[in-house]
Amino acid sequence: MRSDRVGVLRLPYHYAPTTGGELMDLLIQIIFGLISALVIGAAMMVVTMRNVIHSALWLIASFFGVAALYLLMEAEFIAVVQVLVYVGAISILILFAIMLTRSNEGDRLFTTYWWTSGLIALGLFGAVLVPTLAGTIWNLPQPTGPAGAPEVLSGVEELGRGFVSEFVLHFEIAGVLLTVALIGAIVIAFEERSRRRRVLTLAEELELRKRQQASEHSAVAAADSVD
Amino acid sequence: MTRAIPLEAVLVVAAALFCIGLFGALSRRNLIGVLMGIELMLNSVNINLVAFWRYLEPRFITGPTFVIFVITVAAAEAAVGLAMIITIYRSWNTINADSVDSLKG
Repeated sequence: MRSDRVGVLRLPYHYAPTTGGELMDLLIQIIFGLISALVIGAAMMVVTMRNVIHSALWLIASFFGVAALYLLMEAEFIAVVQVLVYVGAISILILFAIMLTRSNEGDRLFTTYWWTSGLIALGLFGAVLVPTLAGTIWNLPQPTGPAGAPEVLSGVEELGRGFVSEFVLHFEIAGVLLTVALIGAIVIAFEERSRRRRVLTLAEELELRKRQQASEHSAVAAADSVD
Repeated sequence: MTRAIPLEAVLVVAAALFCIGLFGALSRRNLIGVLMGIELMLNSVNINLVAFWRYLEPRFITGPTFVIFVITVAAAEAAVGLAMIITIYRSWNTINADSVDSLKG
């Protein structure tokens, strides 16, 4: 048996179609504005911070904001995956890489022609993306059924069913890709044994310390015999 | 939710995030900063996919499915990219993008 998931953030219209609905709309708009400000502001900080660790921390904030945006769009599973994979795994990986490469970045933050790339990004946003978005007519689906009825959303159940039926090939390719990336990361980051700094095992360290103590003892003994 | 916020608002936020990430990926000197910019761009693509799913086809599951695939590819890309950065750091002792220029003619 399958239970249809409905859009939770629409339910109040059902109960109070006039006043409550508008209040809910206003609330959602305020929340959306705050979350967008967080995402965009944190992304700006990621790009402009001089300290790499600070920009990694701002990157985590931006990931959280994107997860909140998914929640607002009622994609709960995607939000959880975002927090698990991006906040939990990728940002930790980035922090580890920063830790392993103590960067001596110097006094310049950007490359020589950074203003060109800034111009490209601004031009893409202002001249291509926003006019395209404003000029496109989206054929949004008309609400079906009685007015104010909640929408039917596909949920995690359909997602799981899709992974084993419709998208099974994509799913397996994603698995192969992850395996290849795992092996590739190990192969790339592997250090040749001859070039590696020698790290002593515990037994070797103990033996070394014992030998040092023995030599000290013999030195003391020699000094005693001289006296 | 779809009545309160127009689709264009979500798309503009995603476009702004994409452009900020593009600027970061193109202009940061630090290679890890470049990788962070790429992560921001992938996130904005995911926002777009979820928004189109929610507004246009809420009954079908294609949008969230491809978000999952994009997240998978992003994880693989981050792992391989950071391994490459660590290897570059070992042999060049720097991770500045404009110092690693042995392929420059």
